[in-house]
Amino acid sequence: MNKILLVIQREYLTRIQKKSFWIASLLGPILITAIYAVPIWLAMQDKEVKRVEILDESGLFQVEDLKDKEVEFTLVKKPAEELKKSFTKEGYTAFVHLPKDILTQSKELKIYSEKNLSLPLKSTIERVIEKKVRATLMKEAGIASDIYDKTQVDVGSETITVSDSGNETSSSSGGAMILAGVMGMLLYITLLLYGSQVMAGVIEEKSSRIIEVIISSIKPYQLMLGKILGVGMVGLTQFLLWIVLTIGLSQAASTFYSVSPVKQKMEQMKKGDPDAVKQVENASPMSEVTKVIESTNIPLVVGGFLFYFLFGYLLYSSLFAAIGSAVENTAEAQQFTFIVMLPIILAFVMAQFTMQDPDSTMAFWASMIPFTSPINMMVRLPYGVPMWELATSMVLLVIGFLGCSWISARIYRVGILMYGKKVTVKEMAKWLFYKG
Amino acid sequence: MILSIQNVVKRYADHTALAGVSLEIPKGQIFGLLGPNGAGKTSLIRIINQITAPDEGRVLFDGELLQQKHVEQIGYLPEERGLYKKMKVGEQLLYLAQLKGLSKAEAQNRLKDWFIRLDIKDWWNKQVDDLSKGMQQKTQFIATVVHEPKLLILDEPFSGFDPINANMLKDEILGLKERGTTILFSTHRMESVEELCDSIALINRSQVVLTGEKDEVRNRFKKFEYEISYSGQLADSKTFEIIDIDPEKNKATIKLTQPDQTNQAIAALLKQVDLFEFKEVIPSFNDIFIQVVEETK
Repeated sequence: MNKILLVIQREYLTRIQKKSFWIASLLGPILITAIYAVPIWLAMQDKEVKRVEILDESGLFQVEDLKDKEVEFTLVKKPAEELKKSFTKEGYTAFVHLPKDILTQSKELKIYSEKNLSLPLKSTIERVIEKKVRATLMKEAGIASDIYDKTQVDVGSETITVSDSGNETSSSSGGAMILAGVMGMLLYITLLLYGSQVMAGVIEEKSSRIIEVIISSIKPYQLMLGKILGVGMVGLTQFLLWIVLTIGLSQAASTFYSVSPVKQKMEQMKKGDPDAVKQVENASPMSEVTKVIESTNIPLVVGGFLFYFLFGYLLYSSLFAAIGSAVENTAEAQQFTFIVMLPIILAFVMAQFTMQDPDSTMAFWASMIPFTSPINMMVRLPYGVPMWELATSMVLLVIGFLGCSWISARIYRVGILMYGKKVTVKEMAKWLFYKG
Repeated sequence: MILSIQNVVKRYADHTALAGVSLEIPKGQIFGLLGPNGAGKTSLIRIINQITAPDEGRVLFDGELLQQKHVEQIGYLPEERGLYKKMKVGEQLLYLAQLKGLSKAEAQNRLKDWFIRLDIKDWWNKQVDDLSKGMQQKTQFIATVVHEPKLLILDEPFSGFDPINANMLKDEILGLKERGTTILFSTHRMESVEELCDSIALINRSQVVLTGEKDEVRNRFKKFEYEISYSGQLADSKTFEIIDIDPEKNKATIKLTQPDQTNQAIAALLKQVDLFEFKEVIPSFNDIFIQVVEETK
């Protein structure tokens, strides 16, 4: 036992000391933070008011029709050809050419700009023009404009799950889906990543020929177990770092935003118009996140994640270790890794369907079978899973792990001493029954 | 006996590696384990190291049935030996020493002594990658002996060593023997057998075909041949026959017709020629090896 600890310690420390570990640990949270921070930051950069020139040949537009918070419109009356050349020099971002028959040929609107027009600006221009055109058309049809305003309703729903005992929880199916997707993805990546690290470690020991020295001191299964546990702890450490760093970075990012002009603008809006604030908050991704956090059983999901990561990893990495032991280099390993990767990929594909319908028969079986259950049960868990199903799935996974590690240990102890021989799956199967 | 191997059988799927091997290895000796490639030496060494288990028979270590605790009293330098390339020399040796049951502090002390002894003090923090082959071999040797094993198993220890390192290794082996370590020494190189071993065992085709003390084995293979130099006319006689002669240099090799009749042969020689030199031809282990392997084909 003491010796397994030594192996774990070596596996853990040598990996933690590698540069690549820290690069991955830092890069992960930076990427996650960047995914939502960059768009906000970019949006902030765009906040100066854009100036747009409009040549209105239809004569429909008055200056008061063209009021907008973000875009300053200027009506001009000059030949189109001349304006096309001059608008950039005069500091306009875009020049809009409204044809005479805009009311009947609404697609004929032309927007000229120096660079590619940004989507928000394009939609703002279109919205402003659409609004006036619609109002004019309604007026011609004899509909009062306030009737139109009243018919603009926005249907919003609140989803509520009712448990057997009648407890109602405000749920967020969109949020559950996001959470399920993120966790399924994370499991998929880490199972492959750390599984193949175990395999690479086994191959390293075999090809550098230190293996014979080591197993004259400890039993092969001790070495295999120590390696698997050591790498697994590296994985857990990386998760921990990712979580801590992501939280830290997000905090830093939001502090940065809180002193930013956007925040100030929001503060101003808060004082003047409470409704506007609510709208802004509802639209922001943060509210969706809060909703998810409120509606899911966080300890269950986190605990489940750790359990399924741990045992899923143990199951697959023992198979990866067996493959590593049977080959002499990474290139040779490829044909066999496919056999182990196949169920992981399959599980990930099944998870896409499980996410759509977490209570389907397929989802049920996918979350029971040990090879596919880690990813699929984690995808189902945020939606809520009956306790007996969860317990059965967990027990089956542990049994699956024990079975796989028994098989792997038997292949491993023969494989690590086998050199100069191209190994086949059939031969590996024979090794299972070797004595001693 | 430090090691008593009794009727050990090891079978693999397609062949039998050891077919009832029995060997007694006395304490404090350098014991040569000889044999052609594929004879079963490595299989036997792996069984002693408990890397594999015998299908039949048993092995006693120091009178006890061989078991897991004994790995700490055995040091093993395999023929194909390696190190973790991305690890520092000191850390690596500490790890290997601890796997052999030393405490960290104890391992550190002993390793420091070895580093001073082999004059490699500044290697502790070097990456194995940056070591030359000779330096790696020194490192591997330290790893094999740092836990002061009672039994040291060296599989082709000299292969790849340059003459200077080979000499150092030889001195260390002899030093360990003086301090009471038994050394099981597997090799093809007969000159190191002649030089170092006290006893030998020859394995061929999964069986022990020859075993005994070095001099005793040699005597067994004595052919009663003598190299002589002389002046005069030499001819076969009743007691000896000439098997090789170089009349220009006045040298010849004779073979006694009856064993243990050396004095009679000398008397017969003296009657024919003036005898300057009379020397027994001692069979080399190379010859013995080839002869026995051919015979047991």
